[in-house]
Amino acid sequence: MISVGLLLVAWELYATYSGIRPTILPAPSRVFEQALLNRQALADNAIPTIGATLLGFACSLSAAFVLSMLVDFFQPLRRALFPVLIVSQTLPLVAIAPLVVLWFGFGLAPKIMLVALVTFFPMLVALVEGYESTEAEIGQMLRAMGAGRWRIFVLARLPSALPYFFAGLRISITYAVVGAIFAEYAGAAKGLGIYMLNVKNNFRPDLVLAAVGVSAALTLVLFGLTVLLQRLAMPWERAGKETAGKGAWR
Amino acid sequence: MSRLELRYVRKAFGGLDVLADISLSVGAGEFVSILGPSGAGKSTLFQLLTGAEHGEGEMLFDGAPLDDHGRHFAFMPQRDALMPWRRILDNATLGLEVQGMRRQAARVRVAPLFAEFGLAGFERHFPAQLSGGMRQRAALLRTVVQQRDMLLLDEPFGALDALTRTAMQRWLEQMWRHHRWTALLITHDVREAVFLSDRIYVLSARPARIVREIKVPLPRPRSLGGDAARQASALEAEILDIILNATPSKGHDHD
Repeated sequence: MISVGLLLVAWELYATYSGIRPTILPAPSRVFEQALLNRQALADNAIPTIGATLLGFACSLSAAFVLSMLVDFFQPLRRALFPVLIVSQTLPLVAIAPLVVLWFGFGLAPKIMLVALVTFFPMLVALVEGYESTEAEIGQMLRAMGAGRWRIFVLARLPSALPYFFAGLRISITYAVVGAIFAEYAGAAKGLGIYMLNVKNNFRPDLVLAAVGVSAALTLVLFGLTVLLQRLAMPWERAGKETAGKGAWR
Repeated sequence: MSRLELRYVRKAFGGLDVLADISLSVGAGEFVSILGPSGAGKSTLFQLLTGAEHGEGEMLFDGAPLDDHGRHFAFMPQRDALMPWRRILDNATLGLEVQGMRRQAARVRVAPLFAEFGLAGFERHFPAQLSGGMRQRAALLRTVVQQRDMLLLDEPFGALDALTRTAMQRWLEQMWRHHRWTALLITHDVREAVFLSDRIYVLSARPARIVREIKVPLPRPRSLGGDAARQASALEAEILDIILNATPSKGHDHD
């Protein structure tokens, strides 16, 4: 926090005293002032971005969950699918985003698709590797108890994947916002991405930066939500840490 | 009247003989140990019994071939295998839940046993909040509440420090005297085998065969002092001798 504050102070001083024009580098105070003045426009454009991010993420999560289960139950699927999916991760967003907009229009669909494209694979990998992290002895014990594959999946593999799932979630949620903005940048009626493009073309870097600030705040809030969700979903993690320091008695 | 009987059981993994020829029996209410060097294939034997692997030879339970593996055995693995996300109470009910009992009913059935297992007051704790010894007791509780015919204990105290292990052995011996479970214990700890068992099967190094069957004539409750303790150490020395002589000296990789 201190380093961010110092950077802002340095930036403010430079912008004020170097004589650089605000159309090139606006001071943080000006960015903040303009953000307040244009808060209505920023909010109006943030809402579609939030919508696209959450919807796209929800789609990719559901798809990743279903596919991760299929891969867990039918291992050959993994070898068939993963090469295709890895290639999908190498597609440059700069090239793909305009094409998807070209094919699917300026509506919500292409945004959802692009958000899903960037978040799906990390989530799938996190889940599949999470299932595989299940302690072998827990599986052996459950089999000895008479549990079938489905019971073992629900009782052991699924909960074992939770830490991996949340690690994937934290990474993907930041990708998701970037993906949504990129999709809007390539063409949209409303949204932070298209807003950034428009104000840039109007020589308003202060408003570009204001929009960047909004998207950063949005990402931080979503990130915070995933951390909160993890705490609620995995109470045993904190319970373990709290007592780990205590001396053990037999 | 033996409950479990194995006749000429063999198992190979891809050309590597692990179990060469295992014949043994365990009677009702008897505590039997299988003692052998590490990597001798002791755990493989339990995999055959729980149905995780299939081998050759005959495996009989109460005279009938062992087919429905889940029915007879309650298995306690080497590490406690407690689920970190379940509270101790819900870890203890796991086996009953798998058998189809409602979680609430299972909790009611398990809860009164916590005091006897030294876990009273820890029902709502997570495994990470417990010490190693308590975790092993919780794992044993989870194993015995399944009310199967026989307990399979795979080096249950192997991961504990020496002091805790000794304390747990004494505790287990005391518990066994109250309940008289039919139990088969796998261990490489000679002292543990002598302290807990009625009979001991000594295994050779891989491919494992039974080198000797030894009755432990020591009175119960087993004690760590007096005449019985001297008898016990004599027996331990004899068993150690058998194991070390039965193991080909060309390999130095066993501990």
